Amino acid sequence: MIGLITKRAGMAAVTLFGVAVVVFGLLRVAPGDPIAMMIGPGATADDILRLRASYGLDQPLINQFWIWLGSLLQGDFGTSISRRIDVGQLLLERLPATIELALMALLVSMVLGGFIAIIGTLWRRHWASGAIDGVNGVLLAIPEFVWALALVLALGVAFPVLPLSGRINPSLTTDFRTGFSLLESLLIFRFDLAADLARHMTMPVLALALPLAGIIARVLREALSEAMMQDYVTLARVKGMSELRLILFEAMRNAIGPTLALTGVQFTFLIGGTVIVEKIFSYPGLGNMAIDAVVNRDFPLIQGLVLMFGVIFILINLLVDFAVVAFNPRLRHG
Amino acid sequence: MSALLSIENLSAVSRRDGKPILRDVSLQVESGTIHGLVGESGAGKSTISKIVLGIVSGGVVVTAGRVMLDGKDLVQIPERDKRILIGSQLALIPQDPLTALNPGRHIGDQLTDSLRMWKGFNRKAAWARALELLDHVAIRDPARVMDQFPHHLSGGMRQRVLIAAAFAIEPKLLIADEPTTALDATVQKQVLQLLKRLQAEHGTSVVFVTHDLGVVAQICDDVTLLFQGKVMEQGTAATIFNAPRHAYTRALLAASPRYDNPAAGLNPIDDAVIAACYAQIQQFDGVQHG
Ligand SMILES: Nc1ncnc2c1ncn2[C@@H]1O[C@H](COP(=O)(O)OP(=O)(O)OP(=O)(O)O)[C@@H](O)[C@H]1O
Ligand SMILES: [Mg+2]
Repeated sequence: MIGLITKRAGMAAVTLFGVAVVVFGLLRVAPGDPIAMMIGPGATADDILRLRASYGLDQPLINQFWIWLGSLLQGDFGTSISRRIDVGQLLLERLPATIELALMALLVSMVLGGFIAIIGTLWRRHWASGAIDGVNGVLLAIPEFVWALALVLALGVAFPVLPLSGRINPSLTTDFRTGFSLLESLLIFRFDLAADLARHMTMPVLALALPLAGIIARVLREALSEAMMQDYVTLARVKGMSELRLILFEAMRNAIGPTLALTGVQFTFLIGGTVIVEKIFSYPGLGNMAIDAVVNRDFPLIQGLVLMFGVIFILINLLVDFAVVAFNPRLRHG
Repeated sequence: MSALLSIENLSAVSRRDGKPILRDVSLQVESGTIHGLVGESGAGKSTISKIVLGIVSGGVVVTAGRVMLDGKDLVQIPERDKRILIGSQLALIPQDPLTALNPGRHIGDQLTDSLRMWKGFNRKAAWARALELLDHVAIRDPARVMDQFPHHLSGGMRQRVLIAAAFAIEPKLLIADEPTTALDATVQKQVLQLLKRLQAEHGTSVVFVTHDLGVVAQICDDVTLLFQGKVMEQGTAATIFNAPRHAYTRALLAASPRYDNPAAGLNPIDDAVIAACYAQIQQFDGVQHG
């Protein structure tokens, strides 16, 4: 166990170093210059040089890299060029909003996908299962940003029932102590705030969750149908278990492991999707900030964000591995 | 004696090509007896068992006949009643113990399902009863086995667990579909003896599916011999072995190792006998459709 953990930690370190090298290198070869984005008209060549030097951009590339990496190891992400704030602080401010959004989307997609898979398996010999497959195909085929736009048109414009942007109504007094506003408002019983946060989250959450729900439904449905044909289900049927019970207590146990493994991989894609979805809904998370950072060629911020996403992906993969083992008794006991 | 299970004129065809799978099969299982269902591969033994147990696949269509259990027709009663009736009164010992236990559930949970569903046991009482049952099928250290998963157990152990599970609810009728074919010869014998002992203790009626006439001779009271879904010969085990009427039965007896005289050797079944059987079936099909 200890050996496994050290091995995984070592692999994570190597991965993150690779990510750091790649993002640093790509940013320097990509066109665009952060200083050019920030200077006003009438700046002299001297001003520009001074500004460059103040961000260390006058140094040779390899030195820039080592300086950045050295400070990183001390927990210093550098200073955002466009916002002039510590990158670490910016990341910590935005991270909770994205975590809440992504986890909520994951929860919704698991519940919805699980429901579709169970109903589809229950009705697998019925014509209605074809209709369910059809609906599921639609969920799957449409990417999150198209869902976002469709939702905006439907629930924001045609039937304006949900707020179009932001995370909370600015007129509500919000002195949250953490960035996990939804969780916090629930914990302090401010259900008015929670309701408003939920209303703001609904559309971005759905946009992110619907495609993943489709994938989960399809994989789980497949795994459940496969399990339902096994001998042990037949024997359980002879015991007199109802169809629903067979699905939930006999088949599900063996179908959930492989489904979780795939859900984990897909969840990393969902997090990638937060970038565009947060932008569309002006949701104040990491993804939204990432787009601004790229537009402004804010090297330190982009680098910090990419590393942050890298850490998140590694953690998700780790959790998935543990979950898969936890759901498979054969692996659990070696 | 009255028949507990009475299969009357049961016919079934394949959904895909309409090919007959069962041809007008009738058989009675008397209370407290073991009825051997014998036939070579594809004869329809498992299909009959599955129809009785309500687990026949969608590929098989029952075209005629009744399956009467205690006066109720299992083919006709509503799905829900059937599930409850089968769950509470019938049990199955499957052919392959390696696939018949859920790999993701503890042995203890799988053993206590029926007790809790149909016998009104609570969790604790069911657990205690399951321990007794495991002890009864000669499993050592039952308490540990209850907490294990199927992959911890050998094939023979698993079959014992499945037998314990089958007897848990004291079923009226037990269907054993080649319960020993997947096991080694020595384990086979033990499991067979165990089955016979439990059957005698509980007075359970059993349908015993096999293609091994030696096994039939050891434990069955009555025998139905099938060929291509058609009953070739039927009667008490004694008559079948001592005074077989059908040429196919005689050929089968000659072809199987003699339980009373192992030195006698084997005689392969004569092609002419098989041809005669097919002719009989063709004639039957002709009468049905012509
Ligand atoms: N799901 C199905 N769809 C179509 N035909 C089937 C199906 N299941 C069984 N059959 C056919 O029914 C016939 C009888 O099969 P069955 O499994 O009852 O034989 P069996 O006597 O149990 O043989 P074995 O000794 O091999 O288990 C076979 O010809 C088989 O092809
Ligand atoms: Mg069979």
